[in-house]
Amino acid sequence: MTFISRPARARAIPLTGPAAKSLIETLSFAAAALFLVMLALFAAPQARAQGDSSVIVGLSSDKFPDTERALNELPASGLATAPDIVEALAANRLYFNGPARKLYFADEAGKMFDAATGEPSDVMASALKKVRINNAVRRSLDAARGALTLMSPDPAKRKAAADSVFKSRDATALPLLDAALAKETLASTRKVLEEARAAIVAGDSGANEVQRLEAIDILKSRGDQDAVSVLTTIASWSEGRVKAAAESASSVIQAKLALWRNVQNVWYGLSLGSVLLLAAIGLAITFGVMGIINMAHGEMVMLGAYTTFAVQEWARTSHPGLLNYSLFIAIPLAFLVTAAVGILIERVVIRFLYGRPLETLLATFGISLILQQAVRTIFGANNREVSAPSFMAGSFDFGSLQIGYGRMWIIVFAIAVFFALQFVLRATSFGLRMRAVTQNRRMASSMGIDTNRIDALAFGLGSGIAGMAGVALSQIDNVSPNLGQSYIIDSFMVVVFGGVGNLWGTLLGALTLGVANKFLEPIAGAVLGKILLLVFIILFIQKRPRGLFALKGRAVEA
Amino acid sequence: MSLTRRFMLRTAGAALGGALAFASPAAFAQGAGTIKVGILHSLSGTMAISETTLKDVMLMLIEEQNKKGGLLGKKLEPVVVDPASNWPLFAEKARELISKDKVSATFGCWTSVSRKSVLPVFEELNSILFYPVQYEGEESSKNIFYTGAAPNQQAIPAVDYLMENEKVQRWVLAGTDYVYPRTTNKILEAYLKSKGVKPEDIMINYTPFGHSDWQTIVADIKKFGSAGKKTAVVSTINGDANVPFYKELGNAGVKATDIPVVAFSVGEEELAGIDTKPLIGHLAAWNYFQSVDNADNKAFIAKWRAFTKNDKRVTNDPMEAHVIGFNMWVKAVEKAGTTDTDAVLDAMIGVAVPNLTGGYSTMMPNHHITKPVLIGEVQGDGQFNTVWQTSGLVVGDEWSDYLEGSKDLISDWRKPLSCGNFNVKTGKCGGATK
Repeated sequence: MTFISRPARARAIPLTGPAAKSLIETLSFAAAALFLVMLALFAAPQARAQGDSSVIVGLSSDKFPDTERALNELPASGLATAPDIVEALAANRLYFNGPARKLYFADEAGKMFDAATGEPSDVMASALKKVRINNAVRRSLDAARGALTLMSPDPAKRKAAADSVFKSRDATALPLLDAALAKETLASTRKVLEEARAAIVAGDSGANEVQRLEAIDILKSRGDQDAVSVLTTIASWSEGRVKAAAESASSVIQAKLALWRNVQNVWYGLSLGSVLLLAAIGLAITFGVMGIINMAHGEMVMLGAYTTFAVQEWARTSHPGLLNYSLFIAIPLAFLVTAAVGILIERVVIRFLYGRPLETLLATFGISLILQQAVRTIFGANNREVSAPSFMAGSFDFGSLQIGYGRMWIIVFAIAVFFALQFVLRATSFGLRMRAVTQNRRMASSMGIDTNRIDALAFGLGSGIAGMAGVALSQIDNVSPNLGQSYIIDSFMVVVFGGVGNLWGTLLGALTLGVANKFLEPIAGAVLGKILLLVFIILFIQKRPRGLFALKGRAVEA
Repeated sequence: MSLTRRFMLRTAGAALGGALAFASPAAFAQGAGTIKVGILHSLSGTMAISETTLKDVMLMLIEEQNKKGGLLGKKLEPVVVDPASNWPLFAEKARELISKDKVSATFGCWTSVSRKSVLPVFEELNSILFYPVQYEGEESSKNIFYTGAAPNQQAIPAVDYLMENEKVQRWVLAGTDYVYPRTTNKILEAYLKSKGVKPEDIMINYTPFGHSDWQTIVADIKKFGSAGKKTAVVSTINGDANVPFYKELGNAGVKATDIPVVAFSVGEEELAGIDTKPLIGHLAAWNYFQSVDNADNKAFIAKWRAFTKNDKRVTNDPMEAHVIGFNMWVKAVEKAGTTDTDAVLDAMIGVAVPNLTGGYSTMMPNHHITKPVLIGEVQGDGQFNTVWQTSGLVVGDEWSDYLEGSKDLISDWRKPLSCGNFNVKTGKCGGATK
């Protein structure tokens, strides 16, 4: 019975006004009964036939307001093809014939159907025009889709439907919501449905106060930014207890969100820190351990990103099944490509310049320009599109914090690269030789280590790691010839701040700078925040010229 | 789209960039029987991404004109130089084009700072520059024709559209920290306030060049947008920083149906590097879209693709501006019967040529042109779908009516006034009332 009485009341209110509220309460039972009878008598067979022509005329008029109106009416029309029409419109597969005012939809395979009857049709899509949509239509479309998929057998779809009803707060969806609630067994979906219902009821000036206050409580327990948005809207036009309740609920949520914002800052800081770490860690080898001021480091990152692009292009054209896993191919390949380029640069240019930092700086800066222009010539000056694999798209909620999968995996990747590098340096014979060479070149040489070879390999290792960073950065930044430039300064900053020659310093330096930046940004703004951070580093370096973790002992002088 | 990011690094790169620059591919008959046309667009460095295309458009237009028999019975000869995204180098190259190559007109520049850098050169040597990019206004030079949009031909109609059609009440003005966004946002802020928007409903945010970590700002926008009023973002974010910005919007689940973003610097070329599916419905305001459906535009796209031998090449607004500018120049030279600068300057005013959106653009006495304003929504295929356009053409307004210092100024280069900043209050040529 509850299912019927609510829509009857909701419809009656606008006609009778709030003064008749109590009367409506008593009449609701009668109205509900009447509604049932009407539904049984003519609604089902006739409304369908009538609904058809009116709804479809609206969709085929090629005017946004008409399309919007038709979509708003569609869910309640009971039209059998309504879900197909809505899905087709969302997928840009809805066509119309203007003069004949006929509507057609195509299925995924491109087969055409008459939208009024659902019968297959042999009309050609090329002879028709597509129904156009704008944001207003898209909103109505989301609402209609939500209302129509509330009963979908797929729980994920039901939840998404409930979410879109929550957003649209379309009062006509209330009966459908109640019906869905009556059938819903999954607790999590039930919760979203109830919240969607609460959002409608709380904002319904016709509903009685007790119900509205209950609804506000439900919204309060939802406790997120969307709930605040609904509550502030309600508070802005309601009166009396409802207004007070909505205001207090929204301030409670906002106080809670303010606390979460600190957690959010830490998370964003870690995320930024992981990006800095990835960009800087290769430099920690070439600059930190080997002492080469490598201005072309950023271009190694850029080459890694372009390798990712090339791998994806290859997967897209010849092995579409691999596209989703192309990053796993790109990571080792980017390492190899950039390591090879790094070794080449070391052999051809840098090895003649050891111990001459100024010349190295100029030479590597020149190399960076050459690499940029080479990439620009080969791949074009435009940005290249690198798509995100499915496991890196989207986000999940942790408390009131929204965590993107992409950012999360980048943090994991950065940490993994860091420990892999630690392992190489500490536990392999190559790592041992490399450390020996950097600590005392002549001694290492006289022990039979081929220092030339180790230099080349170490430079290759640093470059290769930069290339792997490029794979990760292709997911968050644009793949363009200028990609590397944005990271070179930050990378040097991290290595110098962390302490030259110390990987742990680089880790801690990157994370500290990331978190500090994210706490400064909301207060000072992005521009001033960055300046403040640079000022801080200048002061810090004055106090501790060797960074956070200074190397001690003889290695310093070597 | 004016000055660009990281230009300090670029400046140092100038020398090398210059060394890498092309020699001019003068493909046509040389000698005294040609009219030289300068092309001053960066082919290397940061701005190459946008400017290389414009160089190609100019070469195509010149080639086409030569097929039609040239101009005044002479062939046109393009002179291409590469200022390498380096602002001082722009001035040097401009001087070289005018004094050494003796070009009759130059088509070039993208960023405002490059235009400001060449402006004194063109005025000193009395030559003509066509500038094809939307910009912040507040300038009118005797020697420059501005074929891109002034703020009233882009920013203000976009805000009007959001106010009327999306019922937006709260505004985020987000931009990169330099002259174009700051001036545009100053104009927009004054305009919004004149429309009754309260100061607490306007959030202004600036970010450095090449900003790539947008998590905090997107979270702030989301928070600002949950105050129960419809919110929109007006973005003057420049160039490359847009990609991570849009990616972050997608990741944070900010959809165009919740908080639409209208951008003034994002066109078809910029979208070519992004997966646009999460961006469907976000907006851009321009005077031309590739998707504009008419025969002239289709023919232009076909020609462009044949010229570049790439059937996926996109077209964009500054390209259309060059098409209009070039055709205007050709017409003015024919009208004047000479390429002499002063004669062409006089002949230019009042010249009308077809634009690619189905109308005629006219050169006004203030050296700006009339254009329609189009609002488009991003589609899944990286194109824009026009959802609104001005009913008529809009005249470019060089001195904004919404800024204190400039609202009394007008520009009129017709004789006898011949003044770029005439103050209607004091009745004098020479700028603002102090």
